[in-house]
Amino acid sequence: MLAEIGQIALILALGITLAQAWFGIAGATRERLDWMQALPSIALGQLVFTAVAFAVLSWAFVSNDFSIAYVANNSNTDLPLIYRLTAVWGAHEGSLLLWCMLMALWTVAAVWFSRNLPRVFVSRAIGILGVISAGFILFTLLTSNPFERIFPIPAEGRDLNPILQDPAMIIHPPMLYLGYLGLSIPFAFAVSSLIGLESNTTWARWTRPWATAAWVCLTLGIALGSWWAYYELGWGGWWFWDPVENASFMPWLVSIGLIHSLAVTEKRGAFRNWTVLLAISAFALALLGAFLVRSGVLVSVHAFATDPTRGVYILIFLGLTVGSSLALYAWRAPHMPPGGGFRLVSRETFLLLNNLLLVVAAAAVLLGTLYPLFLDAMGLGKISVGPPYFNAVFVPLMLPLLFFLGFGPYARWKRSEAMELGNRMWPLMVAAVVLGVGGTLLLAGPTGVMVLMAMVLGLWVIFSVFVEPVSRFRKKGWKGVSGMPASIWGMLIAHAGVGLMALGVAAVSTFSVERDMRMQPGDDYDVVGYRFQFDGVRDLEGPNWDSIQARFTVTRNGREVTQMFPEKRIYRARPDPLAQVALHPRLRRDLYIAMGDYLGDDYWSVRIQYKPMVRFIWLGALVMSLGGLIAVCDRRYRLGNGRSTRPSGEGAA
Amino acid sequence: MWRYAIPLLVLSLLMVFFWRGLSLNPSEVPSPLIGRDVPAFTLPELREPERLVTEMDLVGEVSLFNVWGTWCPGCHEEHDELMYLAEEHGVRIVGLNLRDDSEAAIRWLDRVGDPFAISAVDADGQVSIDWGVYGAPETFVLDHQGRIRHKHIGPISHEDIEKRLLPLIRGLKEEARQ
Repeated sequence: MLAEIGQIALILALGITLAQAWFGIAGATRERLDWMQALPSIALGQLVFTAVAFAVLSWAFVSNDFSIAYVANNSNTDLPLIYRLTAVWGAHEGSLLLWCMLMALWTVAAVWFSRNLPRVFVSRAIGILGVISAGFILFTLLTSNPFERIFPIPAEGRDLNPILQDPAMIIHPPMLYLGYLGLSIPFAFAVSSLIGLESNTTWARWTRPWATAAWVCLTLGIALGSWWAYYELGWGGWWFWDPVENASFMPWLVSIGLIHSLAVTEKRGAFRNWTVLLAISAFALALLGAFLVRSGVLVSVHAFATDPTRGVYILIFLGLTVGSSLALYAWRAPHMPPGGGFRLVSRETFLLLNNLLLVVAAAAVLLGTLYPLFLDAMGLGKISVGPPYFNAVFVPLMLPLLFFLGFGPYARWKRSEAMELGNRMWPLMVAAVVLGVGGTLLLAGPTGVMVLMAMVLGLWVIFSVFVEPVSRFRKKGWKGVSGMPASIWGMLIAHAGVGLMALGVAAVSTFSVERDMRMQPGDDYDVVGYRFQFDGVRDLEGPNWDSIQARFTVTRNGREVTQMFPEKRIYRARPDPLAQVALHPRLRRDLYIAMGDYLGDDYWSVRIQYKPMVRFIWLGALVMSLGGLIAVCDRRYRLGNGRSTRPSGEGAA
Repeated sequence: MWRYAIPLLVLSLLMVFFWRGLSLNPSEVPSPLIGRDVPAFTLPELREPERLVTEMDLVGEVSLFNVWGTWCPGCHEEHDELMYLAEEHGVRIVGLNLRDDSEAAIRWLDRVGDPFAISAVDADGQVSIDWGVYGAPETFVLDHQGRIRHKHIGPISHEDIEKRLLPLIRGLKEEARQ
């Protein structure tokens, strides 16, 4: 009975979103105030009914209701309660339901925070969001109903995929989905501005916090996924250029471009059409990601169960929404008023370079991701494009980006003196080169040019961040620093995060040591000065798994560093064993042990890894998102209906 | 203003590919090299870099020429099938380790089993270009005179082996005996 309530709630939610689409778009076109005034309650209704459907499914998991096929396939009576709750989004159908609910959440937030903006503009945008929500709910109902019953009812469920029984997996999917779906708001605002031909550039100001908020969620979601892959999959890699990772990476890159391009449009009125195009592309790439992941057109390590009808549906949906908005763009963009001009050396130029590099990088990732599909579609067979391609095209694009990033915030709008900029920045460049090259050579010995460049540029970005607070301190003392607007704090912190991440990526990709060993208890092995001694194994038993746990004692120069306990786990309801990695994390390095197969005669295959500075990657992502979060909270965005009371000379970019 | 319609054109083009991607699923293609002699090459051997592997190593016996890398998930997928071919059916397989870290490749082979009679190292991918390789994995079937008789793109499945590769290899061995 309960499942039917969930089903009905979802159908009602579909009706509500259709009403939202109609009242929003038609209300704005016909300027019907009563229709537009109904939108806040409609949006709230959408949230309530999707939340009811979600709660029903969650309850089915809590109460082990195996009469629902989705629960039977993804849960088990032995599964701990917390994982029974997160199993709700552990597979395709339930994750779509979560997706619908989060979309409703964004809609309500958009309605709430835009209550002081021009009503027609906002109503149109909310109507567009209604179309998108309706598309997702219809998709869930037609192709992936999470409430479908099975008969006969199984006595026991098949359990949640063991690799998803992990704390990071509790937050990774919701965060990632929040990021994807958050991009629908800049999309809706951009399309609304195209329809209304907004003559001023204030829509860019209204869009900025949404783009940044969505990007923060994407950043956290991707970083969590990378962290999870690192310790859960047992390979010790943090990024695999897998199609599903790329699917989240492309909208991430484009949304960084969007955030920066929005700054130019807001401050200078320039790049207006480009910004609109980026807003549409970012959301289109998020939808494309959904298509790639859920249709099975590409081979991926973590694709959902595939079904061609799902692919057809998302494809049609993608074609209709993105196609119509791009058609609208082709029709309206020529009529958008042009923006202000700028000189070669100016902040606009640096931001243009930023956009160019990011978009080219996203396009390169797109090409690599889709290349197997292109070949397949032309009848040329199945292949995989691997990290060699992605590293070869991606790294050379990121290095100049880091270089320009250091200058960008300190160039003036419209025109800047190259000499002045150079005078201000050269001591930092020298310091970065000396420390980067010297430090790397001293600590790691002779090494490649690429890694030296990456180290120097990472330091350069981090150093450049301090120019602004220091110059403020010189002028006005602590008051100058504490009076710095939140948007500038946010920008500088986010840039520092980029620098940290660059250092981590460079170090871990170059100086990692990986050893696959055949060891028996009593053996020891040296890796980069650490001695790993294999003490032995013992049996362990968990709620829904059995495990063999090994003990390693790690010593350095005869002194004990730590004991590590890697495991090989077998989840009772699933056949394949899973390595449970042992980690000894420090900021400057991780020690990493994963147990492989039992080789007989007390011998085990063991993978020992030394990962220098790998934590910098996720630390960088965390710092970046913190910066984004601070920028979102800038009070400029919350002032009245967008007519700023502060002169806009010193905004963040 | 046609340039404003470019994004729409790009999307349309992508949609066509996606549409075909959903409905088609081919795994075999004719290669222009079929029926020709294998391209000449000289590469170091994986485990003994001082030893050189050339096209002459592919002549004299029916063999498979398999392009692979540790970075390629499809290669991991087909590995069991290569082991099966090498161990159960005694098929001679020559490996081309494409754009890989040799140490990692050796470690991987030691861990999961080495189906290759000889492994050549194509560090910069030059030789694989001569062979017309799109990506990994790809497998060529060569007759005893060192001519390419069949090309398989993508991971080899058990079905591919039973239905296509083994009958072909048996036929080629018959040919060699005559």
